[in-house]
Amino acid sequence: MFGFPVEQHETISIRINGQHRRVPKGISIADLALELGLEPARVAVERNLEIVPRSTLRDVAVEDGDDYEIVTFVGGG
Amino acid sequence: MARDERPDDDNWQVAGRSFASRLIVGTGKYKDFAQNAAAVEASGAEIVTVAVRRVNISDPKQPMLMDFIDPKKITYLPNTAGCFTAEEAIRTLRLAREAGGWTLVKLEVLGEARTLYPDMVETLRATEVLAKEGFEPMVYCADDPIAAKRLEDAGAVAIMPLGAPIGSGLGLQNRVMIRILVEQARVPVLVDAGVGTASDASVAMELGCDGVLMNTAIAEAKDPVTMARAMKGAVESGRLAYRAGRMGKRRYADPSSPLAGLI
Repeated sequence: MFGFPVEQHETISIRINGQHRRVPKGISIADLALELGLEPARVAVERNLEIVPRSTLRDVAVEDGDDYEIVTFVGGG
Repeated sequence: MARDERPDDDNWQVAGRSFASRLIVGTGKYKDFAQNAAAVEASGAEIVTVAVRRVNISDPKQPMLMDFIDPKKITYLPNTAGCFTAEEAIRTLRLAREAGGWTLVKLEVLGEARTLYPDMVETLRATEVLAKEGFEPMVYCADDPIAAKRLEDAGAVAIMPLGAPIGSGLGLQNRVMIRILVEQARVPVLVDAGVGTASDASVAMELGCDGVLMNTAIAEAKDPVTMARAMKGAVESGRLAYRAGRMGKRRYADPSSPLAGLI
């Protein structure tokens, strides 16, 4: 699913919204969001139960075993 | 222009923000986003409630609410619908603040799925934590004047008692208690939940509420956009009637035509 040649890189295993994914080692959270097809400006990211401030999404590298919740706004009452 | 006809003359304030419309509408249960957006437009609402949920990572290109209702024009009020503990609600609103940058939020902590009645112990606990973290929580609550006072003391910026169970459309079952809440509150009081049709919204406003929040009454109407218009009118009419001060009630008739000069 990733646009770059995953097989040439070492990959790590993470969980996003309860689903297991393998992603290239060293990817930032911002790039992870983009690769998932998400606009970083429209989502909030929680990593291992801690919120990652949007301003730091580019700086934080995804690590093996990380557990992410990525949320946005949907219709509700 | 007469005093009551000036649209900016009767704004209400919550947490330092001023709004002309006293109707807050939800964004759930609509057929699609286009219908939802049309209903919001027809309602004249300046605030909409929204839920915080996981993005769909299997299909990220699905249309999003923000594509249809512009958060730069309409104030998004993130809610905690579906949360049954203070911790879940606080976690949800921290994420909402990160996603949108908003501190004005709608707190609801539910006690059970069958009635969706608020759990006031958890609600109060969450209100205290959120206020300390700089949130401005508008709080869905029971029609309990003691609990409402505690919420205010804890930092609630608005008290939002239910008029009937969420999604029930039964209309206000508790007019006396709603009126007591209005009389004692130092922050805005909005009926949140229970409205079924336009007259219910008018009743809430005639009791002196600062506003009404509704979702299902519009979304589940056969013609949601027309019902949104009806609700706009009902809230405005109820508010005007409250400001005008209704006549006293009598048990027997009182003729409107003069008795003198009868042939």
